[in-house]
Parts: sequence; C-alpha cells; structure tokens
Amino acid sequence: MRIGLFVTCVNDLLYPRTGIAVVTLLERLGHRVEFPEAQSCCGQMHANTGYRDEAVPLIERFARVFEPYDAVVVPSGSCAAMVRDTYPRLVPDTAGIAARTYELSEFLVDVLGVTDVGASFPHRVTYHPSCHGARMLRLGDRPLRLLREVRGIELVELPAAEECCGFGGTFALKNAEVSSEMLRDKCRHIRDSGAEVVVATDNSCLMHIGGGLSRAGVPVRAMHYAEILAS
Amino acid sequence: MNPPNPLIGTRPFPEAAATELRNPQLRANLTHATHTIRNKRSRVVGEVPDWEQLRETGRAIKADVLRRLPELLEQFEAAATAAGATVHWARDAAEACALIARIIHATGHREVVKVKSMATQEIGLNEALEAEGIAAYETDLAELIVQLADDTPSHILVPAIHYNRSQIRDIFLRRMSDVDPSLSDQPAELAEAARKHLRRRFLNAKVAISGANFAIAETGTLVVVESEGNGRMCLTLPETLISVVGIEKILPTFNDLEVFLQLLPRSSTGERMNPYTSMWTGVTPGDGPQNVHIVLIDNGRTATLADEVGRQALACIRCSACLNVCPVYERTGGHAYGSVYPGPIGAILSPQLTGVARNSSLPFASSLCGACYDVCPVKINIPEVLVHLRQEYVNDKRDQTSAERAAMRALAWVMRDSRRWSTALRAARTGGGVLASVLRRPRVRHMPWPLSAWTSSRDAPLPAQETFREWWARRERNGGEER
Amino acid sequence: MIKKTGQYGGARAEILRRVRAAVAGAPPVTVPRDYHFTRPDIDLVELFIERLTDYKARVHRGEEAIATCLDGVSRLAVPAGIPRRWLSAYQGQVLTEPLTTETLDTVDAVLTGCALAIAETGTLVLDAGPDQGTRALTLIPDHHICVVRREQIVGGVPEAVRRLNPTRPLTWISGPSATSDIELNRVEGVHGPRRLDVVLVE
Repeated sequence: MRIGLFVTCVNDLLYPRTGIAVVTLLERLGHRVEFPEAQSCCGQMHANTGYRDEAVPLIERFARVFEPYDAVVVPSGSCAAMVRDTYPRLVPDTAGIAARTYELSEFLVDVLGVTDVGASFPHRVTYHPSCHGARMLRLGDRPLRLLREVRGIELVELPAAEECCGFGGTFALKNAEVSSEMLRDKCRHIRDSGAEVVVATDNSCLMHIGGGLSRAGVPVRAMHYAEILAS
Repeated sequence: MNPPNPLIGTRPFPEAAATELRNPQLRANLTHATHTIRNKRSRVVGEVPDWEQLRETGRAIKADVLRRLPELLEQFEAAATAAGATVHWARDAAEACALIARIIHATGHREVVKVKSMATQEIGLNEALEAEGIAAYETDLAELIVQLADDTPSHILVPAIHYNRSQIRDIFLRRMSDVDPSLSDQPAELAEAARKHLRRRFLNAKVAISGANFAIAETGTLVVVESEGNGRMCLTLPETLISVVGIEKILPTFNDLEVFLQLLPRSSTGERMNPYTSMWTGVTPGDGPQNVHIVLIDNGRTATLADEVGRQALACIRCSACLNVCPVYERTGGHAYGSVYPGPIGAILSPQLTGVARNSSLPFASSLCGACYDVCPVKINIPEVLVHLRQEYVNDKRDQTSAERAAMRALAWVMRDSRRWSTALRAARTGGGVLASVLRRPRVRHMPWPLSAWTSSRDAPLPAQETFREWWARRERNGGEER
Repeated sequence: MIKKTGQYGGARAEILRRVRAAVAGAPPVTVPRDYHFTRPDIDLVELFIERLTDYKARVHRGEEAIATCLDGVSRLAVPAGIPRRWLSAYQGQVLTEPLTTETLDTVDAVLTGCALAIAETGTLVLDAGPDQGTRALTLIPDHHICVVRREQIVGGVPEAVRRLNPTRPLTWISGPSATSDIELNRVEGVHGPRRLDVVLVE
C-alpha cells in the first residue's frame, strides 16, 4: 500500500511537529509514508469563504498530486472532510481520490486496524471533538479509542465537548466577536475539566483554542493528538 | 417611505450581533431556554427507534413535493375549492397583504384574531392591515408578549424566547389593561393572565387569520399544529378564516402526515405530541368558519426553488431545532439576524427569499459547525447551502475589487504552484523567526488589520523554525534518517 | 402602497409558470417507506395511560368512573349522539348540541367520545362524529371528559392517520391546553380546556 501524507498548509508552516508525529507513528507501525512535495492546500478556506473559482484549481491540483497513492492520510478532520465531502460536489471526477482520503484516526483504526500504537504520555488530557471530524466525517470515538491505549494517560471529560470552539475559518475574523464568545466558553470548559493538555484532530481549532487559553492565562497546553500517539 | 422588510435587518449581522452580545440578561435567558429545549428534544427523539428512517422519508417527501410542485399546487387548489374554500394566489408581500385586506373589508369587520404564522410575519401583514384601518390581535402567548412589548420576534417557534418570566410579568403589568396588579412571575399565572385577556376577544371574533403547517394536495386539507388552544379558537369560532400558506407547504397525501406529525413535535417543543393539532378541509356545514379563504404566497419561493442547491431550504417545517442547537444563535439571539427567520435556517432562507445581495452578511453568520444539519428533521444540509450562498455572493461581485478578494486570489495563485508555495513558506518562516527573536516569545499579541480581529481575543502562533517540508527534505537528504 | 386588484389577476398563472421553470429537469425522487407502521409487543393501554399521565391528564378506568369525573359538575354539555348510559348516574343539567358559544361558555364540563386514540403519543383524536360533536363543543368548556374504548387505541401515529377520514374536521388532543412559550418549559393551562379526564372503557 502506497501511503501519501497530506500534511495541510497550516501544519506545514505553523505545526510541523504534527506532520513529523504522523511520519514517526506510521513508521513505528511498520509503514512507509511519502510526502509529495508538490502539495499545498486543500482549498477549504477559499471554498468556505465563497471563493469557489479560486478553490477549484487547488482541488484539481490535490487530485493530481495524490492520484498515485492508495491512501491519503490527513492529520486534520476539517481538511479530510473538505476532500471527502466537498470535493466531489465541486469537481465531480475527484470522487475516487475523495474515497481514498482518511483522517489519521480513520486510517489507523479502520484501515490498519490498530488502536494500541505503543505510545506513552503520562499526563491528564481532555479531548475536544472538532466539528468537521465529528459531524462531517463521523469520527465518533476513534480518536478516543487510540488515546485510551496510551500508557500513563489520564483522560478527563470535557464539559459540552461537542460544542464548536468558534474557529470556523474566516468566521473567526468576519464574526470575531461571536467567535470570541464561543471561544471563551470553550476555554472555561477546558479549564473546568482539570486537564493539563487539550487535544483535538485539528491544529486550526487548536490554534484558536491555544490562543484563547494563552490570552486568558489558563495553563493548559493545546496539542494535536498525533503528537501524543507518536510519543 | 417603504415599510421595513421583515426579512432584512438594518445592520449587517456582525454589527448587530456585537450589540446583542453585550446584553448579559439576553445571554442568560437564551442559554437557559436553548439548553432546556435541547435536552427535551434529544430525550424524545432518542426514544423513537426509526427516527433516522423518518428523517430520510421526510426529506424525500419534501424533495418530491418541490419537483412536482406545479401539479400538486393545482391539485390542492381544486380539492380545497371543491370543499368550499376560496383559493387566492399572491406573488409578493404587497400583493398578499392587499388581497387579505380586501377579504377582510368585504366582511365589514375591522378586527381580526391571529394564530401564530411565520408567513404573515414574513409579509408584514399586521403593519399592512393597520394601515388599512384593521386591527390584528396576536393570540399565541409569545406573539402576544412581543406585540404588547412593541418588539419583534426573535425565534421561529417561541418569538419571546429572549424574555424570562419576570420580564414577561413586567410587560403584562405595563401593557395589559385588564391584568391583576398582584400578578406573580409564575408561568402558570402568566398563562392564566393571557387566557383572561384574550377570552372575550376569542368568543366574539368574526375574522381570523392563520398560517398552516401543512397543506394536503390530495384532499385540500390544511393542518395547524399548536399548543395553547388559541389556534383552535381562531380556526373554529369566527365566521371567516383566512389562511396564508407558502407554496412549499404542500404534502402530496394525507398519509404523509404520519411522518411529519412524528418529526415536527419532537423537533420543535421536544414533546411526543403537541397539545393540539387541527385539520380542516374547506367548509364543514354547521361546524367552524363558513367563509374560508386560502392565500398561496410566492414571495421569493420560486426564485429559491430555481437554485438546485439552495432549494432544499424550502423543505423547512419551521421546527426551530436548528436555532436551539446553534452556538451562534445561542449567543446572539434572533434579532441580530434582522429577519423573521433567524438562526441557521434563517441564514439560508432569508437571503434566498430576498436575493443574496440584499442579505449578504447572513450566509457568513456561521462557523459551519454542522450541529444544525444533525438535528434537522428533514435533513436540510444547512452548512452546504451556507457555503453555496457565500460562493454565489462572491461570484456576483467578482468584478469588484476588495482587499479580501485580492488576498484570496494572491494566496490561491501562490498555492497553485509548488515552487511559489515553497518559497512563500520559507519567507513566512524566516519572517516569523525574525519576529520571534524581536518579541522573545513564540506568540503574537497584536497584529495589524485584518488579523487584528484575531488578536483581539487570542494570541497568534508564529511560524515554526523549520517548516514540515524543510524537515522532510533534510531527512530525505540524510537517507530517511533524522539527525 | 396598495396596488389595484386588476394588476394582480395574473398571479396564479405567473406563479405556476415560475414554479414550472424552476423545477424543469429536476430528477425524480424515490420516497423510502421503511419506517415503522406498527409498534409491536407493547401493552397499548398501559403505554397510553403512562403518556397521558405525563401530560398531566387524569386517567380513569371503567364506565362507572364517568360519574366520578362529573362530581361537582352542575352544567354539562354533550354532543347529540352520546350513549345515554354514560349519563345514567348524573344528576346535573345536561345541555345537548346545538349550543351557542355563549352557552358553552357557561357550562362546567363537556363529555364526549373520540374517533381513536394513540398510545405512543397519548393523543385523543376527535372527528366530529355523533358522540363528539362540533369542534367548539370540546374547546370552550374548561373541563373535557373523554371516553375511550379499548379497541379505539392504536399504537403509533401511522396507524392513526391511516384510520382517519381527512374530509372530516379533525382535532388531535394531547393532554390539557399548555404552552412552552415561557422559558421553553411546558406549563399546563392556557386557552383550551385546562382539565382533561380520560375514561378507558372496554
């Protein structure tokens, strides 16, 4: 099986550790993963902000770059949902690549059939199920099943976990005040959970949550769950 | 001067929302009410084993109705007419209001009682009738509260959701002439006050106006789903009944109600069944109104119908479940949307009924979290339509320049080419490194416009010291080994 | 500004023309019908009682319970076709339809039968049959006593809809009059009858 890593534009620039974690993890499980360097962005920000004509070339580009791969692994529920859900509607002949694209936990649990990835992380952790992973991909408890097998981890419940953190891409800028109110509540719930670390499937949400925690002086670290699975 | 359009706010959503966010009482009321109803809904939905099948059937029936609307409308008209009703058609709000005023004038009466109806809100009927010298009295408790307070509705199902019990008591004490001054804020006492206030009006009413939840093509039957009994009063006691019905309210057969009468009550008030549902077909001699009119309105629906993606908004059965779960609605309330249809469904329905250009901030009033789609009893993919309308809006303006468009185009241009993209990433990483050494921390607290909207409440990350692709290239050079 | 009538004559034709143009070429839709038509393996009577009680309706068993419900009722409205034996023990004044709105506003209670009842939702359906009367009869009095025969109870909504005649005026009643308009909590007692007694008979 030829596995292609779509690292996402946000991770490439701001959170390379997440991409490194995916490579480390998959290699530890005995798989070779490739990073086609011609990749850039899935086009979600353009499409969701209304710039369909600008998004379409990025979609076509993604389909071309990842065509040779049997599976495309994405450490982002939101970008994976863009490919799986939105691509075929905007560019009909992307249905094939869309069906072979997986968010990391889907790839691990459904394709590789593993939940114990041999990780160890002795900290108190809470999990925020990011919206697109939860409601578009229906990830369900896959990320939690992986986290539960991590040695030493203490998983604590996040109150109102399923509620949006308020990021929403350009929503955070266009409706900054509403977004900030949503963030304030999310940060309060994270603080109330008693966790040292908040994890999610998406660094975009975590950038927003982490920025909010940092501004509010809440001493909880925001971290992509792949980094725990790789540790 | 034209009267305000009930589908369009005077301010863009972000601006109106900012005002509402500064009202802590509103926030507390909305949080309490939306959380109460969410829990009730999920409890009664959870006990229906075939809920998903019912949703899928509900969606399909509505899609089938939209496709066969021409024949179903004619079938409905013929059946209702044969049963003794008079069917009228109105292209827009002004035409509908004029038509209804004419019907009322012909009865010789100048007062009407009303059952809560979104269609009449949407066409601004009360204001239009007032201009014609006709007084319209709302009889639904929440509508009565809003009317007494000279306010506007903020929720589809519970227009007074933004008031709590003690605020409602204050409104009654201030505006209800016949109220007992010792009225408490106990909901039962407030309901009793409304009963007393409206009792004589119901018993003497000669003309009533209603909407309809469903209109059955096969039989010409109209259906009104309600709680308090004010609907039954209006639909039963007056001589003349005028029902204002959007053309999308049609269901093909009476049996289709077996699906919608399961979906609607559980989704709206979170009950297994609402207290009262009335179904009537034209005129029944000796029982109920003998002068029955039905006004079928378009008012932007045919334009919505012409949009292959957007038309699914017309499947809406006005249950409000999407409002009750929406994190944006929960914080801003309904007034911020500026339309009688607020919340997620309003954000896709209002702009389509008016044309996106006239309501362009609403499709952006969502984080696309998808909670609305999950609870919709007819599976309207609200996030999909929101994005579609954003694209329509952007596309309509493609010849106009803006900072946003320039940035989006430039970014897409860079991302389309791997050399440009790699160079840009390297430049951003280098710039970020410089900034980090100046700031002596990896986060930014203030950024220039438009990113200042981000740093108003959150710190921003700086690029990493090495991008992922740089790390990968270094590793490849070292033969797959990290050093 | 209100325009003249004549300009609106073409509304019907124009709306139908717009609708036809809007849906031209839309593909056919298949409507699946794989939801449940019946609710098997449940005790309908017990479920019906549980659901009614949830709405704060009062439930009684046996024809003799009618007399209990009528205790304290001095003026009773009834439809023309009510079984006489329901009133055999009643001593008060009986007013039989047709009755004016004004008269109905003076009675203490109304006694009727029903067309059918739905166990799962605790619903009574009236169809203006001879033992139910007009819609106003069961609306204006503040106390409704409804007699339900065991064989009239169906499991769920689909069974009910398929037994009803849509050309008759239908009223579905689920508990006493109520509102959810104050803080989205159900509160009993607004414009319809505030007291609902259901008598189950064989």
